[in-house]
Amino acid sequence: MANVISDETIEYVGILAKLELSGAEKENAKQDMEKMLDYIDTLNELDTAGIEPMSHVFPVNNVFREDVVTNGDGHEAALANAPKQKNNSFEVPKTIG
Amino acid sequence: MAKQYETVIGLEVHVELATKTKIFCGCSTEFGGAPNTHTCPVCTGMPGSLPVLNKQVVEYAMAVGLATNCKITQVCKFDRKNYFYPDNPQNYQISQLYLPIARDGYVEIEVGEGKKQVRIHEMHMEEDAGKLIHDEWDDSSLVDYNRSGVPLIEIVSEPDMRSSDEVISYLEKLRLIIQYLGASDCKLQEGSMRADVNLSVREVGAAEFGTRTEMKNINSFKAIARAIEGERARQIELIEEGRQVIQETRRWDDNKESSYAMRSKEDAQDYRYFPEPDLVPIVISDDWIAKIKSQQPELRTEKLERYKNEFAIPQYDAEIMTGSKTMADLFEATTAICKKPKKVANWLMGETLRLMKEHAIEADDLKFSPENLAKLVLLTDAGDINSSVAKEVFEKIFTDDIDPEQYIEEKGLKTVNDDGALKSAIETVIANNQKAVDEYKGGKEKAIGALVGQTMKAMQGKANPAKVNEMLREMLK
Amino acid sequence: MDIFQLTAVELGQKIKKKEISVVEAVQKFMERIEAIEQDVNSFVTIDKEGALAQAEAVQKQIDAGELTGPLAGVPVAVKDNLCIEGQLTTCSSKILGNFKPTFTSEAVLNLQRAGAVIVGKTNMDEFAMGSTTETSYFGPTKNPHNLAHVPGGSSGGSCAAVVAGEVPYALGSDTGGSIRQPSSFCGVVGIKPTYGTVSRYGLIAYGSSLDQIGPIAKDVTDCATILEAIASHDEKDSTSVLREDYDFTAALKDDVKGMKIGIPKDYFGEGLDAEVKAAIQKAVEVLERKGAIVETFDLGLVKYAIPAYYVIASAEASSNLERFDGVKYGYRTEEYDGLHNMYKKSRSEGFGAEVKRRIMLGSFVLSSGYYDAYYLKALRTKALIKAEFDKAFAKYDVIIGPAAPTTAPELGKSLSDPLKMYLGDIYTISLNLAGLPGMSVPVGTDSKGLPIGMQIIGDCFQEKKMIRAAYTYECATNKEHETIAAMSRKEA
Repeated sequence: MANVISDETIEYVGILAKLELSGAEKENAKQDMEKMLDYIDTLNELDTAGIEPMSHVFPVNNVFREDVVTNGDGHEAALANAPKQKNNSFEVPKTIG
Repeated sequence: MAKQYETVIGLEVHVELATKTKIFCGCSTEFGGAPNTHTCPVCTGMPGSLPVLNKQVVEYAMAVGLATNCKITQVCKFDRKNYFYPDNPQNYQISQLYLPIARDGYVEIEVGEGKKQVRIHEMHMEEDAGKLIHDEWDDSSLVDYNRSGVPLIEIVSEPDMRSSDEVISYLEKLRLIIQYLGASDCKLQEGSMRADVNLSVREVGAAEFGTRTEMKNINSFKAIARAIEGERARQIELIEEGRQVIQETRRWDDNKESSYAMRSKEDAQDYRYFPEPDLVPIVISDDWIAKIKSQQPELRTEKLERYKNEFAIPQYDAEIMTGSKTMADLFEATTAICKKPKKVANWLMGETLRLMKEHAIEADDLKFSPENLAKLVLLTDAGDINSSVAKEVFEKIFTDDIDPEQYIEEKGLKTVNDDGALKSAIETVIANNQKAVDEYKGGKEKAIGALVGQTMKAMQGKANPAKVNEMLREMLK
Repeated sequence: MDIFQLTAVELGQKIKKKEISVVEAVQKFMERIEAIEQDVNSFVTIDKEGALAQAEAVQKQIDAGELTGPLAGVPVAVKDNLCIEGQLTTCSSKILGNFKPTFTSEAVLNLQRAGAVIVGKTNMDEFAMGSTTETSYFGPTKNPHNLAHVPGGSSGGSCAAVVAGEVPYALGSDTGGSIRQPSSFCGVVGIKPTYGTVSRYGLIAYGSSLDQIGPIAKDVTDCATILEAIASHDEKDSTSVLREDYDFTAALKDDVKGMKIGIPKDYFGEGLDAEVKAAIQKAVEVLERKGAIVETFDLGLVKYAIPAYYVIASAEASSNLERFDGVKYGYRTEEYDGLHNMYKKSRSEGFGAEVKRRIMLGSFVLSSGYYDAYYLKALRTKALIKAEFDKAFAKYDVIIGPAAPTTAPELGKSLSDPLKMYLGDIYTISLNLAGLPGMSVPVGTDSKGLPIGMQIIGDCFQEKKMIRAAYTYECATNKEHETIAAMSRKEA
C-alpha cells in the first residue's frame, strides 16, 4: 500500500516539529515521508501479536538519587550560552498577548 | 418551565511535593531565590544532560496514592510529553501517561448531611515548568528555571462532582490528607496546589455527559467557586442559544471573572507521548508498599478519635483541632508542655480563630510557638494574670510570638497579690462609695459589682477579680 | 619509525620511557594536522593552545608518578557531539555553531583522568544523522585513502583523523553503525560497546535508547585499552549498567581454539559487494585455521531492522532535538515575529536537510493516531530482533559478517537517495536495537584500494569474546593493512 502524505499533514507535522519548510522542501518532505512510510510498512509483514513492546533492552530498574541538594547557584552556567538575556533570565518574544 | 441543568465536574489537581531537591537533579526546590540560581544542566535542558529520579518523589507519590485508596502500579514508567513552550527547557515534559504510579482510588467527602465518594482515575509524577515573567514595556518575556523540575503529582479525578461546594470539599479533603502525610504544604496561593477544572453541563436526567472544557489558572478556593459558576453559566447560555460547547482549554481570569479560550493554530495539543528512554522503569515490590504504609502518619480521622480519648476534649473541639495539620501540631505541642488540653483548645478555637478571621489568614500561616502559648495558659491558670490581660497578651503572641512572661514583666501587667495594697485600695473604695455600700448591705447583691470594678480600676487592672470580690465581702461584713 | 605510525599504546610507552615528551608528541601531531587538514577536514575545532597547555600539565603528572596508565600523555580527538567544558561543541550543526558546554561528558572526563590530551573536536554528520559525514554544516570529511571518497559516518571525522595520522586515536558514537561503518570505510578498528557500558552523560543525544560512545584506533589493543579507560558505571546516566568486568585488555589473547563463530547467511546475500564478501570470507577462514568452529546459520528478521530503527531513532531524535529552539543556547534567527515564528525560523535555518527529514518523520510517527501503528510496532519488532540474537548467542560465541555492504562511496553520490543510504546500515543497525556490542576490524582493501571492514558481534556484555577474536585475527595477519593512509597529496 502506497502512503500518500497530504499538504495538510506536512503542514501539521511542521507545526508539531516547529519547522517551516519552503515550497520545494515541502514537496521533498512529502516524497521522502511517503517512501519511508512505504518502507516502514514492511513491518506489517511481521506478526507481532502478543509481543510486549520493548523500550529498554536490559531489565535495569529502580535507578534513583537520594533527596540531597548537590547543586549550588547555577545561573552563570545556565545563561552562558543564552542568545538573549535580561535580568539573569532568558529573554524570549512575549508569550501572552 | 426552564430546563434544569446539572454541572458535571472532574478535577486535575497538581501538587508540588515537599522534597528538598528537584525530581531529576540535585537542585534545591526552595522558594524565592534570584532568577535561575537554582538550576543546573539537567533542569535547564542543556544538551548532553540526563535525568536521574529522586527516590523521595516516588515515596511521596506512593504515600498519597495509598492514602487515597489507589492501587499502586507496581511496574511504572515515565513518558515524554512533547510541546514547545519557553517555560519547558527541553520542550518536552517528563511525565507519566501509560503507566502512572497510582490508579483507581477515591476520597470520601462530606456533602450536606451525607457522604460521597469522589473517585480518582489516576495519579502520576511529573516535573514542573519554569516561570515566565512578562515585561510590560518591552515586547518580551523572561524565563526563570528555578521552578523547572520541581516534582509534582497530578491527581486526576473522575467526573464525580456536581457543584462548587463538592469541588471545594474534595480539594480540602485532598489537601488535608497530603498535608498530614507531609508530602506537600498544599498552598494554593503559592501555587504548591493547583487545580484545573473539567466541566460540562447536561440536562438533569440525561444519560450522556455534555462536551467538557478544561479551565486552567485557578489559584484560590474562592476563584474555583467563581470559575465554576462562570463556566456553568457560559455553557448553559450556549446550549440555550442552540450553539455548541467546544472542547477546549480555557484560561480563567479571576480579575475579570471570565475565561477565554487558549487555542491557537500553533497549539496543536498533540503531545506525541512515548516512553522516556533516559529513565528506567520503577518496579515497586510488595515490601516497599508495606514499608510506605507502615510509615504513614496518623491521618485526620484517627487523630480526631485519639484527641477525644487521650485529651478528653469534646468532638467539636477535636474537629477544629484536626482541621489542619498546623493546628493539630500546635495543639499537641502546646498541650505537651502545659498539660492543659481543654484550655489550649479553648485558646485555639476562640481567640485564635477570631484573630485569623480578623487578619484574613489560614491555619497554615499561624506563626506563634507552642512554648509561648503554653506559658500563657499556665500564667492564666495560676492567676498570675487575669483574663482580660491574657487576651491582650495573646494578641501579641499571635502577631509577634512574644514571650508572655517577659511581656507581662515589662508592661507590669502581673496581678497584684499583695494583700496589704489590695486592702488599702478597698478601704478607699468603701469610703468613697457610700451609696453602693449601703445598697449592698441593704441586700442588693448586684451592687458589689460596682465596688469590684472601682477596686480593679484603682489597682490598674492588675488585681485578681475573684480575690477582690472575696475580700470586699469580708470587709463589708 | 614516524610517530604517526605508532598506536596509542606504543606512543604511551615511549612517553613513559621519556623517549618523547608529551609536548613534543602534541607538537608533532599538530604539525601533521596543519599539513593535511585542509585536504581531509577531519576537525571542526583544533585546540592547539589548549592541547599544549594540557600536554605540559600531563607531563608534570607523569613525572610526579601520578599518571602511570597506558594512555597518559597520548593525544586524542573527540567527536563533536561530546560535551567538553568551555570547548566549542557543535554536533556539526549551524544550530549549535557557537555552543560552549558548561560541563564535560563523563567519557571524556574518564579519558582526562587517564592522562589524555585532547587536541580537538572531529567532524561528523549533523547530529550524527548520516552515513557519509557529508551532512556536516562544516563541509564533508574526505576519506584519507582516497580524497574523492567519503570516510563513512557519522563518526567520519574521528575515523579519518586516526587513519590520516592526525591523532593516534579518537572517540566516536554509534547509534546505528556510526563507529563501525566509517571504521570499515577508513580501515581502522572501532568498537561499539554494549548499551550502558560507556556513560552517555554529556553525549548530545540522537536516539537515546540506541546511542553508545566507543573507541576508534589503529588496532585492537588500542581499542581494548581505550574502552577500559572510558567505560564506567555512572550515576548521572540512569541507563548506565554496573558491569561485572571492565578489564577488556585481559581479552587480548591470540587464541580462538574452540570458539564458536556464527556466520549469518542473511548477511552475505543480495546487495553485498563481491569484493567485500570475498575479503570477509577470507578473514573468517583465518580464524577457522586458528581453531575456531565456524558455522553458517539463519539469523532472520534482518530486513526488518532498518524500518524499525528509523521509526525509533527518528521518534527519539524528534524529541531530543526539540530543545534546540533559540531560547537557551545556540542559534536564534535574526528577525522574527513572535515566539512561534522565532522557533520555526531558528530551527528551519539552524538544521540541515537530513536532520529536518528525520525530525519530520519522527514527529509524524508519534503524532496522534499513528503511535500504535508505527512506534509500538517498531518496539515489538525490536523485541523480536533481540530474541533472534538471543537464540543465535545460545549457540555461538560471536557472530561475524561485513560492517557495510560496500566500500566507501564517492563524495556526493549518497545524499540524493536517503532510503538507499539508509540501506547501507543493514548489518550494523540491529545491534543498536538489541543493545549488542560490535566492532569493525580491517581485513584488506578492494581493487580500488579502499578498506574493507569485518564486523564481529558479541552477545550483550561479551565484548571480551569479540576482542579476543579480533586480536587473534590481527596477530595471524600481522596487520597486513596500512594503518596510515598514504595521503598522496602534500605528503611526500
